[in-house]
Amino acid sequence: MTQDYIRQREKRTGWMLVIPAVLLLLLVYAFPILRAFWLGFFTENLSTNLQPEFSGLENYGRMVQDGRFWQSIGNTAIFTVFSLLFELILGLIIALALDQAFRGRGLVRTIAILPWALPTALIALAWRWIFNAEYGVWNDILVRLQIIGDPVNWLGDPNWAMVSVIAADVWKTTSFVAILLLAGLQSISQDLYEAHSIDGATPWQSFRQITLPLIAPQIVIAMLFRFAQAFGIFDLIQVMTGGGPGGATEMVSIYIYATVMRYLDFGYGAALVAVTFLILILVVALAGLGLKRLQANAE
Amino acid sequence: MAKLELQNLTKAYSQKIVPVKDLSLSVEDGEFLTLVGPSGCGKSTILRMIAGLDQPTEGRVLIGGKDVNPLAPGDRNIAMVFQSYALYPHMSVQQNIASGLKLRNLATGDIQKRVQDASRVLGLDPLLDRRPAKLSGGQRQRVALARALVRNPDVFLLDEPLSNLDALLREQVRADLKQIFEDQQSPVVYVTHDQTEAMTLSSKVAVLSDGYLQQLGSPNEIYKTPANRFVASFIGSPQMNIIPLERVNNAVLLGDSKVDLPTNLPAKSSVIMGIRPEHLRLPREGDHQIVQGNVFLVENLGMSDLISLRVHGDDNLTLRALLPSDATWSRENLKLALPPESIHWFDTETEARLN
Repeated sequence: MTQDYIRQREKRTGWMLVIPAVLLLLLVYAFPILRAFWLGFFTENLSTNLQPEFSGLENYGRMVQDGRFWQSIGNTAIFTVFSLLFELILGLIIALALDQAFRGRGLVRTIAILPWALPTALIALAWRWIFNAEYGVWNDILVRLQIIGDPVNWLGDPNWAMVSVIAADVWKTTSFVAILLLAGLQSISQDLYEAHSIDGATPWQSFRQITLPLIAPQIVIAMLFRFAQAFGIFDLIQVMTGGGPGGATEMVSIYIYATVMRYLDFGYGAALVAVTFLILILVVALAGLGLKRLQANAE
Repeated sequence: MAKLELQNLTKAYSQKIVPVKDLSLSVEDGEFLTLVGPSGCGKSTILRMIAGLDQPTEGRVLIGGKDVNPLAPGDRNIAMVFQSYALYPHMSVQQNIASGLKLRNLATGDIQKRVQDASRVLGLDPLLDRRPAKLSGGQRQRVALARALVRNPDVFLLDEPLSNLDALLREQVRADLKQIFEDQQSPVVYVTHDQTEAMTLSSKVAVLSDGYLQQLGSPNEIYKTPANRFVASFIGSPQMNIIPLERVNNAVLLGDSKVDLPTNLPAKSSVIMGIRPEHLRLPREGDHQIVQGNVFLVENLGMSDLISLRVHGDDNLTLRALLPSDATWSRENLKLALPPESIHWFDTETEARLN
């Protein structure tokens, strides 16, 4: 038997082993995605006409004119950028703290991931009560500490509502970022820090020249996950503000939900999904590329 | 150029865990001191205290007469080669070597020149742009050395630098190390558990066990006059034959054979005898101390045979001897001479050297 023959046979076996999985994935991922893209070229609004009509790029043209769509994209961008920024900074600080040896570290680590492990809807409900204008504990604390004179309607004010949902999201997912970064920190040998300190580095220099470059891949991975989650955020917003007040916290997924489920505008909803999907894919691809370069650097 | 002194150095992690106990020694410029001992003898802890990575519980570290205890590792002007090499994985070889100089804000031209010099000495020129992951173990080792050499430190510290290399490479790098450090004027402290490295590299060897300094001396002294039973058994390969024996008048009985004691030994009922396998030999004319036995194992080491002998008159008593592989002898009733000048005597209780 020649080497080529063996290789060919192995290739064939390999294909046979993965084909069931590929078929399944095509069925549950590729088909719905393509179906949604296809639907985006039709006008299909159950409240006006039951039969879909092919309308080409009309839905996309409408989107360009749609102020509510652009606002939801803007909201989503603000929510994503600030959530990720604070999660990264706080997550890194927590990870650095958890990386130190101290008594009860295992317990603290376990507690630290609890917020992330709890269901988002429940947490959103809790935060809605915390930020409640009349009964909320947050107002109570601030009034007692005399930081504010009168209670603030956190979820009723457009700007504060955005701040509030960002705060809730940061509270919930910072631990996820911290755990990912902690894994990166723990992979750095203590010897490197000792060698660096003998080389004359201060702790701050070691942090910048050793820690940050070596956990860069973990940072990118954490941000990638978080970007995908934050850009498609739904449950937290739906429960806390429902997208309000006046659309101030309406994220693109909330808008899509309303378009499809409330206005029954399936065609336009599908087009919105397609665009959101492309934006997500684009950013993830770019980050993936960056990650690849980082990893090539580390080798 | 600075002398390194350790004064009454003690490190205690708790009352029971005391890896270093009251150690005092000094290393002059150009001296190569090896700390050798089994795992857990405290040798790495000593190195870490010199580096400033650990603080001594008691005692002082002096470099050039100056107490460096309060100084951070980076302010001691020492260089250390780690067992793991501790190369920065995200930096090129060049950046790795230059890192210590950059952190000290040397002029770029000066840095370049020093890196070039070191990389030439160590043959790293073609590798300067590579990252550590793309280097072999031996190459990484040389980068770690270069990183230490460029610094022109007051003291060099090396923590088992050869232990991650395969046997063949280890021998070669060992020779390189010897040459490189012969040109250096600074004290070198080298930690190893490998006695061959200790013997071949050092001008001075400190044998450590259980946190205590067992013996400090030149490789020759350590080998020829081990200060106690531990040093005798730890240094030398194959290991020295060490046999506790009952004393009969002014001699001991080694199975059926009688071995005379030196006249100056204190009068005690028992004594420990030590003789290295390489000092046992086939009898020549005039040899009067002879032991006889049956060979039960022969290990061919190439240029010599390591034989194990069960001594006549005591079945529990075995001796190992190194005989030239071209010698002829019989496995039954083999006679071996014990040259009196090669026998070491140790106290049974204190295990200290007696002769």
